[in-house]
Formats: sequence, structure tokens, C-alpha cells
Amino acid sequence: MLLKGSNIVVRTLVEQGVDLVFGFPGATVIDIYDSLLDHQAELRHVLVAHEQGAAHAADGYARATGKVGVCLATSGPGSTNLVTGIAASYMDSTPLVVITGNVATSQIGTDSFQEIDITGVTLPITKHNYFVEDVNELADVMRDAFRLAVSGRPGPVLVDIPKDVQQAMGTFEPAGRIVASEPRLVDVEQIEAAAACINACHRPLVYFGGGILAARAEHEILDLAARIDAPLACSLMGISAIPTDHPRFLGMEGMHGRYAATMAMKNADCIVALGCRFNDRSTGDRERFGAAVHIVHIDVDGSEINKTTSDDFGIVGDVRLAIQRLMPLLEQADHRGWHELLHKMRADEASQVDARLGMTPFNVLKVVDSHRERDAAVVTDVGQHQMWAAQHLTFDRPRSFVTNGGLGAMGFGLPASIGVALATRRRTLLVVGDGGLGMSVQELATAVSERVPLTILLMNNGVLGMVRQWQRLFYDHRYVGTTLLDHRHTDYVAVARAFGAKGMHATSIDDLRQALDEASACEGPYLIDCVIDKDELVLPMLAPAGGLDDIIVEVRA
Amino acid sequence: MGRYTFAILVHNRFGVLNRVTSMFRRRRFNIASLTVSETETAAYSRITAVFDGDDAAKEQLMRQLYKLPDVVMVRELDGDASVTSELLLIKLANQERDKRNDILDAATAFEAKIMEYSRDDIILQLVGDTALIDNFIDLMRDYEILESCRTGVISLSRGVSTMRDDITA
Repeated sequence: MLLKGSNIVVRTLVEQGVDLVFGFPGATVIDIYDSLLDHQAELRHVLVAHEQGAAHAADGYARATGKVGVCLATSGPGSTNLVTGIAASYMDSTPLVVITGNVATSQIGTDSFQEIDITGVTLPITKHNYFVEDVNELADVMRDAFRLAVSGRPGPVLVDIPKDVQQAMGTFEPAGRIVASEPRLVDVEQIEAAAACINACHRPLVYFGGGILAARAEHEILDLAARIDAPLACSLMGISAIPTDHPRFLGMEGMHGRYAATMAMKNADCIVALGCRFNDRSTGDRERFGAAVHIVHIDVDGSEINKTTSDDFGIVGDVRLAIQRLMPLLEQADHRGWHELLHKMRADEASQVDARLGMTPFNVLKVVDSHRERDAAVVTDVGQHQMWAAQHLTFDRPRSFVTNGGLGAMGFGLPASIGVALATRRRTLLVVGDGGLGMSVQELATAVSERVPLTILLMNNGVLGMVRQWQRLFYDHRYVGTTLLDHRHTDYVAVARAFGAKGMHATSIDDLRQALDEASACEGPYLIDCVIDKDELVLPMLAPAGGLDDIIVEVRA
Repeated sequence: MGRYTFAILVHNRFGVLNRVTSMFRRRRFNIASLTVSETETAAYSRITAVFDGDDAAKEQLMRQLYKLPDVVMVRELDGDASVTSELLLIKLANQERDKRNDILDAATAFEAKIMEYSRDDIILQLVGDTALIDNFIDLMRDYEILESCRTGVISLSRGVSTMRDDITA
């Protein structure tokens, strides 16, 4: 059948099962918006305040569900505003389809009004992108974009569509939902050698990242750890894949990881690494990482093998299939001594727990953790609060912790939490700092207009805490550009009210409890402004450029 | 450190060279030579890249290439099992009469072709492997080189097999 290009875009979205699209209109996407009006029953458009919010919200939707998130923006500034959101998705490998309008093909290359070469701009931050010149290719390009976004290692794909292509009539044949390309076959040649190495080791560690969630290998990884009698540790992106209270789980390791987890990384003689990429925040100084350890690295993306570490065994393939192939070759092990050593470290760490009373980050998050709905997701922004949340909140359902790891984009939290809440239809908890909230606070408008069930826990310390922490520890207390409370006088509860949301200040743990109760009873967004001391630190911490043993667990005032 | 030559078969689409070189740039791969051309089939273009680096970087380069959806096949071309060639055009000043015969002798020795010969300049064309061309340019420094350019390496594996066969296989 013949359809208008803009209709083809919307029809393919509906065909692919998309129920929410986050966007902001403009001159070169008016046709797509016009077509959206004809499909309102199947496909809901969520108007954001700024296109960056559209990309982050779509990303949040994808992170919470594993389904493709979709966002839509106009040419020029609309598309450049998406860039940070696309990059955040790219760095954390989340499936996103980004649709941008562009000026008519006859205008392309002439620097016309709101013309930007967005396929050029996003080349390094997309898995792939398309500039569609022929309306007859539009439906297949859209389907290819969905297939690519979810196949193998997920990622963002951008489709740029000139206005005349949206207006032209082209062929459209209805098709079914695309399926992800078959998971990559497991590279069998290394499996036997890897299994022999694991069987021979004495201090194994199962270390995992976000790839476990993408591969849905949460059960397999626990089976693996039980078979080889290994503890488990994860990167920031792996949090929530397995229950926080699982007896084998040591927690997050790395720059702000738990002491025992980082020490397990340091002292293991065999690390079975799955769906992770050995980021510098996880390994510390790479020259000193992994010299005395055998690494069995399993990832769906072959380029991750040996990228930053010297992997003894690289297995390229779907992580779940790889574990299934590996299991019959592994002997049931017993590494009691190793567990006793780590158990002692955990007990030492637990005995040094922050026992101060009042509004410490630890106390605030413990109260929040006990109040929150267990099956609703937690979203964070980027900074100290993010690390505190990663350390102190507990999870028992995969994808219930949503955070921006790789890019570390402040401003991610609020729009991403809107995407998460709308996707899961559960009251979502956003943990955010005052610096990051300031970067995307305009999305309160979206949260209000969509009646998003969202509790915003603002950990307000009046400073850009993470940078300030570095200034304190490594720049001789020279605080530059990080002390907001001296000059800014932002009342975030008043800001929330101005947008039409509710909120209250919490200066004590009792206030916080009351605020959490009010938030739970509330239909839409509710902001809790928690006052935190400006000198709170995130500990433990690995010294910058230090190795895993350069761990700072205590700082004197 | 070593020098490796790769043939990269890519979809013959607008902007593909940009996708490949953008990846080389952002991941800091050290490319010594790069050529691109159409091939025997309209569907594919062929990029020949000469890369300097260690073994790990070479592996990484191949794996990063395969992540680009437009890359169809990558093959490392081994020196002995392939034919490698590049083309040089070099323009020399020809005003000094006593040097003209020396230049022509060198051209004859290297089997370079004379593409232009005038009172003022001479343009030579030389086809050969990289070492031969480097050697010839070095020899020509005894005279006045006005301009030169070279195509970069192209390479085909010896024998009846083709990269296209491997795609269908």
C-alpha cells in the first residue's frame, strides 16, 4: 500500500510494539506529529521540556524494561539536544531508536535554517545511524534500526528523515515485530581451556556487569558461582542483577566499591568476568591490575576481549549460552578458606559502619530503603548520591536500579526516572543531588503533566559533592566552582511547587519518614529536599591512578 | 610493533568510508595508508588499510571493524600470500640540463614511466611495493622534487579464493 512517509514512521513504531514515544516538536517533524494524532490509541506521545530529557526518558524506559526506547526530535537544535542522552545510552549499551527530522533533501548541505548533520554528529555515539533519502526504504530502515538496537550488544540507533521524505508517498507492507538477530554462537575453542583454568584455581571470583541484565543471565550466573564456589562482585552497571542480600554477593567493586568486593578483585587468582568491560573505574591503574590473576572474559562484543586487560581466555558470545556451555565442564568446588578470608573482610567493614545519628547519607538511604516499594525501581543521577545509593540500597529484582554509569551524565536522573515510571507504572524513586537536579529540573513540567508517580529524594548538600571530594582529598582543600550554597539560594521545594508538584523539606529523619509517607500517598511527583552536610564523603575510594590496594577507607577531618 | 595490511570489504553506500575512518580516529589506530575503491561488484567497496601497531591492537582493530554494520568482511593480507602495489607520481624540475640524463637513468632502472617531459619539468609514474617507492623517492631527493603524490597500498591475496566467496561461505 502507499502511505505518506510520516505515516510509515508511525505505523512501523506501532508495528514494533512501541507504546510510548518521548519527544518535542519542531518544523521538520510536524508531519510525524500529524501522523501521531491518527494513532493515539496505540502510541502515546510524551511531551518533554527539552530534547535531552526525551533521550534520557527513552533510555530510562529501555533500562527498566529491556525494550527499545523511542524518542523524537526536530532538526538542528532539537537533534543536537539529544546528543548527551544518546551518548549515555551508547556508553551503557541500552536499546534506543532515535528519530530526527531534517530539512528537505534539496536543502541538505546548504546550511539552511535548523539544518545539522546529525548523522555525522552522532557517528561515534550510535551503534549505527541512517539518513533516509528514499521514502520507499523508510519502513525497512525503521525495522533495521529496531533490529540493530536490540541485537548482540544493545545500543542506540538514529534515523534521520528529511521533511520531504516524510511528506512523500511510499510503499508500506505491514510486517511483524522484528526479533533480535540470533545470539552470537559461543566461541567454543576457548571454553575447554577456560574451564580447566577455573577448575584449577583456588580463589575464584565471578565478576559481572550490565551485560548480565542484557543477556538475562541472572540465574545462570548464580548457578555458575555455586558450582565453582565463588563469591560474586559487580560493576555499577551490574547492580540489581542478583539480590543484594545473596550470601555470595560482595557488592559493587571498584573506585567506590565495597571493601571486600574490591579486595576479592585484587586477591582472586581467577576472575570469571561476564558482560562487563573492565572500565578504569573498576580496575584502578591498569598497569597494576590483573598481573597475578587469570581472567576468563565472556562478552557478546568481541572487541571487549583484551581491550583494557590481558585476558587469558576470551569467549565471545551470548553470556547466557556461554555459561550453559561452560557448566558441564566445571567441577563442583569448595573454596572454604577463600570465603572465610572475604567473610572476615566483610565483617570488619560492617563493624566500621557509619554509626552517627541524624541526616547522614547512610541513615537517609536506610530509611528510604525500608520505606520504598520493593518491586519499584530506583533511578539515580550522577555524583556522590549515586555512589551512596549503589552502596547502601538493596535490590531483589533485575533492572530495579537504573543509573548512568559510562557517560556519567549529570541531569540524567529526573528525565530517566520519568521514563522508568511510565514504563513500569510503579511509583519510582529518584535519588538525585542538587547539582544534577539543576541540570534537568525543567522536566518537573513533564512529570506533572504526565502525573508521573515519582518520589524525588533530593540529597541536597549545597555543593557539587563529588568534585568537592576530589578537591578536598587530592587538591589540598582548594574548593573552586563547587560550593553552590554560598551563592545560590534555590529552594527546590518551592521550585517543585511552582511546577505544580508537591514536596517538603526534611531536616531530620522524622521529617524524612513523614515525607516518604506523604509521597507514597500522592498521585504524581513529590520532592523531598533532604539536607545533607556538605563535607560528607563517599568511602571507600580508590585513589585516582592508584591500584586496587590504594583503597581509602577513612579520612580524618 | 608491526605493520599489517587489511582488506576491508564494505557496503558501497554513501558515507561508509567516513564511518570506518571515524572509528580509526576515535580509537587512535595508527593508519599508515588507506585507499578505497569500487570493486568487481557494485554492492561492495574495498578499503585497503595499512596499520602500525602491536598484535593486541591489531586484534582490537579487526573486532572494532566488525562492529560497524557496513563492514562485510575484514581480511589480513599476508605479505607472501598476496600481491601488494602502489602508484607514485613525482614531478621533478628539469631545467638543469646536466641532470636530465641522471634522472632518466634512474627512471629506466626503476622502470618508471615518463608521463611528462618538458624543458621545465618531468613527471614520472612508478608502480611497485611501498619499499620500492620509498627507495625511489629517496633517490630523487638528489634532484629538485617539485611535487609528489602516491595512492597508498592496494593488495589482493594470491590464489583463486576471493573475499566474496567467504561471505557466501
